[in-house]
Amino acid sequence: MDRGPPQCARCSTGLNCPWPSPIPERGDLSCRMHTCFDVYRCGYNPKNRIKVYIYPLQRFVDDVGVPISSTGLSREYNDLLSAISDSDFYTDDVTRACLFVPSIDVLNQNSLRIRETAQALATLPRWDKGMNHLLFNMLPGGPPDYNTALDVPRDRALLAGGGFSTWTYRQGYDVSIPVYSPLSDEVDLPERQPGPRRYFILSSQTAIHREYRVELERLKEENGEALLLLDKCSNLSQDMASARKRCYKGQMYDYPQILQESSFCVVLRGARLGQATLSDVLQAGCVPVIMADSYILPFSEVLDWKRASVVIPEEKLPEMYMILKSIPPRQVEEMQRQARWFWEAYFRSMRAIGLTTLQIINDRIYPYAACTYEHWNNPPVVKWSSVNSPLFLPLIPPRSPGFTAVVLTYDRVESLFRVITEIAKVPSLAKLLVVWNNQNKSPPEESLWPKIAVPLKVVRTKENKLSNRFFPFDEIETEAVLAIDDDIIMLTSDELQFGYEVWREFPDRLVGYPGRLHLWDHEMGKWKYESEWTNEVSMVLTGAAFYHKYFNYLYTYKMPGDIKNWVDAHMNCEDIAMNFLVANITGKAPIKVTPRKKFKCPECTAIDGLSLDQTHMVERSECINKFASVFGTMPLKVVEHRADPVLYKDDFPEKLKSFPNIGSL
Amino acid sequence: MQAKKRYLILFSAGACLVLLLYLSGVQVPASKRNPNRRDDRSGHRPNSHWPHFTEPLQPFIPWDQTETEDYSAHTWPRQKRDVNSGVYKGKRCRMDSCFDFSLCGKDSFKVYVYPQQKGEKISESYQNILSSIEGSRFYTSDPGQACLFVLNLDTLDRDKLSPQYVHNLKTKIQNLSLWNNGRNHLIFNLYSGTWPDYTEDLGFDIGQAMLAKASTSTENFRPNFDVSIPLFSKDHPRTGGERGYLKYNSIPPFRKYTLVFKGKRYLTGIGSDTRNALYHVHNSEDVVLLTTCKHGKDWQKHKDARCDRDNAEYDRYDYKEMLHNSTFCLVPRGRRLGSFRFLEALQAACIPVVLSNGWELPFSEVIDWSAAAVIGDERLLLQIPSTVHTIHQDKILSLRQQTQFLWEAYFSSVEKIVLTTLEIIHDRVLQQLARSSLMWNRLPGGLFTLPHYSSYLGHFPFYFGPLGIRTLPKFTAVIHAVTPLVSQSQPILKLLAAVAKSQHCAQIVVLWNCDRPLPVKHRWPATSQSVIVIEGENKVMSSRFLPYGSIVTDAVLSLDEDTVLSTTEVDFAFIVWQSFPERIVGYPARSHFWDINKERWGYTSKWTNDYSMVLTGAAFYHRYYNYLYTNYLPASLKSMVDQLSNCEDILMNFLVSAVTKLPPIKVTQKKQYKETMMGQTSRASRWADPDHFAQRQTCMNKFASWFGTMPLVHSQMRLDPVLFKDQVSILRKKYRDIERL
Repeated sequence: MDRGPPQCARCSTGLNCPWPSPIPERGDLSCRMHTCFDVYRCGYNPKNRIKVYIYPLQRFVDDVGVPISSTGLSREYNDLLSAISDSDFYTDDVTRACLFVPSIDVLNQNSLRIRETAQALATLPRWDKGMNHLLFNMLPGGPPDYNTALDVPRDRALLAGGGFSTWTYRQGYDVSIPVYSPLSDEVDLPERQPGPRRYFILSSQTAIHREYRVELERLKEENGEALLLLDKCSNLSQDMASARKRCYKGQMYDYPQILQESSFCVVLRGARLGQATLSDVLQAGCVPVIMADSYILPFSEVLDWKRASVVIPEEKLPEMYMILKSIPPRQVEEMQRQARWFWEAYFRSMRAIGLTTLQIINDRIYPYAACTYEHWNNPPVVKWSSVNSPLFLPLIPPRSPGFTAVVLTYDRVESLFRVITEIAKVPSLAKLLVVWNNQNKSPPEESLWPKIAVPLKVVRTKENKLSNRFFPFDEIETEAVLAIDDDIIMLTSDELQFGYEVWREFPDRLVGYPGRLHLWDHEMGKWKYESEWTNEVSMVLTGAAFYHKYFNYLYTYKMPGDIKNWVDAHMNCEDIAMNFLVANITGKAPIKVTPRKKFKCPECTAIDGLSLDQTHMVERSECINKFASVFGTMPLKVVEHRADPVLYKDDFPEKLKSFPNIGSL
Repeated sequence: MQAKKRYLILFSAGACLVLLLYLSGVQVPASKRNPNRRDDRSGHRPNSHWPHFTEPLQPFIPWDQTETEDYSAHTWPRQKRDVNSGVYKGKRCRMDSCFDFSLCGKDSFKVYVYPQQKGEKISESYQNILSSIEGSRFYTSDPGQACLFVLNLDTLDRDKLSPQYVHNLKTKIQNLSLWNNGRNHLIFNLYSGTWPDYTEDLGFDIGQAMLAKASTSTENFRPNFDVSIPLFSKDHPRTGGERGYLKYNSIPPFRKYTLVFKGKRYLTGIGSDTRNALYHVHNSEDVVLLTTCKHGKDWQKHKDARCDRDNAEYDRYDYKEMLHNSTFCLVPRGRRLGSFRFLEALQAACIPVVLSNGWELPFSEVIDWSAAAVIGDERLLLQIPSTVHTIHQDKILSLRQQTQFLWEAYFSSVEKIVLTTLEIIHDRVLQQLARSSLMWNRLPGGLFTLPHYSSYLGHFPFYFGPLGIRTLPKFTAVIHAVTPLVSQSQPILKLLAAVAKSQHCAQIVVLWNCDRPLPVKHRWPATSQSVIVIEGENKVMSSRFLPYGSIVTDAVLSLDEDTVLSTTEVDFAFIVWQSFPERIVGYPARSHFWDINKERWGYTSKWTNDYSMVLTGAAFYHRYYNYLYTNYLPASLKSMVDQLSNCEDILMNFLVSAVTKLPPIKVTQKKQYKETMMGQTSRASRWADPDHFAQRQTCMNKFASWFGTMPLVHSQMRLDPVLFKDQVSILRKKYRDIERL
């Protein structure tokens, strides 16, 4: 197409633009965030959110009035811009913006006049060599060699491109995006349960290179029914409707519905690396088998494609069947689920694609506030059932810092003093903290307290709440906390010391003495609390339990729903709540330690007057049901073991045992 | 072509009408919603938004475009690949263009090291690299088998001013017989360039070789081709390595200082800007950033007004003390992008705050650094204090733990750095066997998760929590048989019957390691579970840990033929194992200790108050450990076990504890195992052999030296059934047999 002398894209209305406007330079391959991106524009902001400005829509024509693009603004680009403008990334204040999105639609290079589009970009008022500008392109290149990145010269602009190869993708600068498939919107494919499908492998693309089609046909010959190899329907008139049909030997199939009938779906490169088929395949919950050498997978900066797809070098196409057969069925199921989730979260609409792109750029600018791997990759069902313990490092802390005993008391001074005297004998006790929960009465004078070798602190609370026992007091300087009631005087020094040693081996668990169990009551159809001597344990009472101070924070600040208030209002079940909390976040059961002796009143709270009666037990059952509904699941784990010293009750001289005084009544 | 384009442009005139309407001021009232739009607008924002269009817009892909995309008429894919490898050379090398995959076997990845030549000077660090490769499971001495080649020439230090600099590398390399313009070669480098510009050029033509290089910049780094390695000092241990310094997860996780740095300031030249500006954020309270101008001979020449004050302040603080008492450690670039500070901070659990624009972080291809470090921007130095102050304590807690995991998994020794490098390349070469990001970034890390075992995360014992899945409630018993079957009262038959009665037993495998022929089928008792008899390979000890394909359950119950166990005991141990699938759970326990007098590790089988090993003559463990034992451990250790016919259980315990960093778990048992064992008079009983014990002592020390450290961990507890020996009616107890003698 010869248009004679250099043309310039001009703005049709409103703006003053330089004329003839310069042509931007081709994208600089060495561009990175720290060289081509002006981070000062983003600045520091407490929300860690970048601000994105969208240029108003303009019409660009060359000097003879022909538009620079054949489609103008496409439906998809319009959707994308709308989505950005509706998101909290958006700002209409150009001076506050960190990222600029031109309203010039470059999604499909085929419909662009390259040089003129570049000139149009350069006329944008804030262009400034493309600095902090973001272009979205899904179909780059054109015949015959189909470049893998947009050919429009664009200076330093960031490119969100579909179909990058490793040679054009500027890692950490560009964003690799999917090629949007219009079928995402047009066709509703309900999510199917993962599992084996009618076909093992399906190939549904129509523009497959001859060389590869021959190889696919060979595979089909070898493996027969397991493979379904579809192509265009030759007997249909080529129109829009035919795009939704596929044929094999005269038999017609609906596309994309047929994708749901296969476990694996082939996504081969076409002339371009990025294929809209990938989106259809994911939507169908079919595991994509991607064969496109050097292709940068969509959003690969954050998505773990290993869990949702199989990438096979093009050269290994003949081995595809063997490779896929070697994947364990359970993994295939998880990949199917994962594939569908990727589509739902990142492929299904231009909105999803646009906002994901912005989030990725946002994460680069505020890396310390970036979304985690789990956030990006775990489908809701996994997010729901998986646990990521906050204390995940296998660490057996040294014995030396010891533990802090926290005694919650109201006014049972005599009993409290006995408890203090007993605990003070435990070698690893580092500090004793008395939480005085009685606002009407002052604690005894300092001189009256037992004299012990470690510091003793008394903190007075403002309200008589059970939750106070789990407050993360600054006075607790050790990791290990021993929560103990003011009437637990029956534990020996050996038993407590051993409890601490066990906690050191399991610092992410509750380690306690009396164990309890939750049971499903089939008759009533609800959970039941069990305190009888059972063979199983799913909770330990916090009337005497070791745990990590971290759980005090969790209890105080992160307890879900209204559980905390419920506990304070009912003056009961704080221990059950703590067991739920710890089990829910760690996925682990508590550890019950040796002694099986009758605690004086183990179900009593620190408050006098409550007794081990039937109503009390009923209330605790209610707690379990209430908490399970707040947590939305039953996090408690049942185990059948308890921890004893290695030589417990062994026929061995007691004096040679580390913890001889354990478990005697 | 031209015609088509022209047609498109003409066609576009109609399409543009829509836009024209808008541009000529016909704006759509907000109430007229476009029914095609699916995204709901929140509608409460007052500011100007993207307009709505009533007229349908064109789709961005015309329905027939896929047809036009058909490139059958153009290049054939094979040709295209060949073209790529012709075009993308040098700085644009990628695996697809500069690496010959055909040298690598179908699923093997072997590394060849050129034999060392006399007179060739090789630094200790490079020597460590080479011996790490030679000791690895990838090593081959046959270049014909190799898919990756490593030079015998020390390329670590390419700073011309350095005494370690090797001259004439260019010619030496060209003379290598297998050089082939560097194809499939891996070159290690720590320092490149020199004053004043410190370029990343190595001073010789690397051809198509891959670089494993420290301080790589993103501009020069060839993604998925080069490997960015950390800068490590010449004192970095070859194997094992120190553990991380984190001892407790204190909460709140703040330390005495918030952010510290202590280092040189260059005054002028490359990399000096950031360090010269540090004093702006130094507050001598919680942010302590110290620089000294003293370095080189002529620093006084460039001395600026701040130098004296800075130098004085610098001397007031102890680096070690700061490192251990700070929440964050600043890691600014030096002359080069990487600095020793990075690994020092990592080990000290001082969260690195990296200020080194354009530095490709170590092993960035696989490690998610955002989970262990704060990546800052040199341009935003002044914001750093407020940034680190806003990081929530939960995040600090997790960042800090991750520093320790990464340090111990990939950085604490030269061997780990080298193996990580090789594993990364392995994952590229055998693409379908590549590890997922989870394997790299979760305990126990990529070096302990061998992808050949399975591509499914649920087949490993480590990911049940993160994936929210559970193990199958079944196990496979593997009985190691060494004595011929002569009588129906032999212990093995009793054992078989007891194990088969367990409701959790899926199958029993008898590993026939006896030198007599296999007994006829009817000699085995009839059991409800299938009994598979396997003739041991070479009848060696290590064969009991082979990952037999017939083991289909996660749990393996490993048994000696003379083990005495009841069904109840088996059931209980299995239930316990389900709570600890990554550990060994079993009965007889042993302990290790450091013998001060002999300065070596001691082994004890005495009854002690703690233990660090559980004998695999009666223990549950995950079948993955069979795979790891067979494929991860070096032939030298396995053949030692085979020759002695001893210590296989110790080695297994070493391995599992090296992976988990945790002790095994002992469960209770009837007190008869030991007695029976010791009372054995059968000639096959290895326990009766007086050398047996001494051998085990020797094994311990040999193993510890290969691991480079003592991985065993002590435990003081044993797990018993909840009501064990409690004074309640025996009828209430589920595992009552265990306490009945």
